[in-house]
Amino acid sequence: MNITAAKGASAVLCASGRDSGADSAGLRLGELGAPERERLRRGRVLIVGVGGLGAPAAMQLAAAGVGTLGLVDFDTVESSNLPRQLLYRTADVGLPKATVAAERLRSFPGLSVRCFSRRLVAADAAEIFSQFDFVIDGTDRVATKYLVNDAAVFCGLPFSHAGIVGFHGQTMTVMPRQSACFRCLFPTPPPEGEVPTCQEAGVIGPLAGTIGVIQAMEALKYLSGAGRLLTDRLLIYDALGAEWRSVRLSPNRKCPLCGAQPTIHRIESVEYDIEECR
Amino acid sequence: MSVRVRIPTPLRRFTANAEEVGVNGDTIGAVVDDLERKFPGMKERLCDDQGRVRRFVNIYVNGDDIRFLNGLESHVNDGDEIAIVPAIAGG
Repeated sequence: MNITAAKGASAVLCASGRDSGADSAGLRLGELGAPERERLRRGRVLIVGVGGLGAPAAMQLAAAGVGTLGLVDFDTVESSNLPRQLLYRTADVGLPKATVAAERLRSFPGLSVRCFSRRLVAADAAEIFSQFDFVIDGTDRVATKYLVNDAAVFCGLPFSHAGIVGFHGQTMTVMPRQSACFRCLFPTPPPEGEVPTCQEAGVIGPLAGTIGVIQAMEALKYLSGAGRLLTDRLLIYDALGAEWRSVRLSPNRKCPLCGAQPTIHRIESVEYDIEECR
Repeated sequence: MSVRVRIPTPLRRFTANAEEVGVNGDTIGAVVDDLERKFPGMKERLCDDQGRVRRFVNIYVNGDDIRFLNGLESHVNDGDEIAIVPAIAGG
């Protein structure tokens, strides 16, 4: 890979591996031969929330040769984001995240980036999701995590769910109507204020990067067909204790979305109107 | 029965930052009560005022969700590992 200077004092990674996969050590793995790399090139991954989780995921997917990334984020860059959202620089403070991220990622040769510089809402979530093959939930809002889950299940779109706070992270992959979804785990959104927010508890940068990169790995595995997805398992990372654990999940027959007698038959915007975690 | 309970980082403020604690009880409900005795304030994070597990918390016994066992009446054995998994929404 070559590191070249871009505008100002920023440095941008240009992955020559995108042009000739055989030159990249990471892509000489048997599980990622020419057919798999072609699947990556044709792959389209949507990242909802280009922050602590979404930024590292986007960078990894861009460098690995995924052909198309979609970026959804309504937020602007804040100085407090910089320690963990490594796509952004001090000069970006105040600018729209999705726009800045798209511009930075387009330095990767051959990568197509679709930018949705706005909030994901129920009215058109399905329409956006239908343009992609895999979704990464990088949101920092309880309500939006349910929206991502529900839209993905209704669209039949595999996705990676994750949540982080403080030194704690957890992630799972969902194959709609085949494996447990987020509502199988937590059927209804918690009352406002019940779940610790980033603002209350904070979050440490390397934790966000670790979990975001795992989400990228799940997308790569799905697109390439390699390995086993993190389905029907919740992977939990305790960064303070340097411990990884997992618990078994299974589709919940009483899930209001994908269970035997679902009560949710369409995406309802009112349920997702919970105070944002910033 | 003596069991080990894994404490997720968001709840370690109740356990003086202990990652894992030993408690006693024959059922998950009894385990939760013993947690409360040893670490006051913990139960309110796990259960509502009617004693039901809060909807944003799941409890596992040896990796199995108690909702698919017998809920708070799920029996535990010596040496069982109890995991508390809260909903985490940051990103």
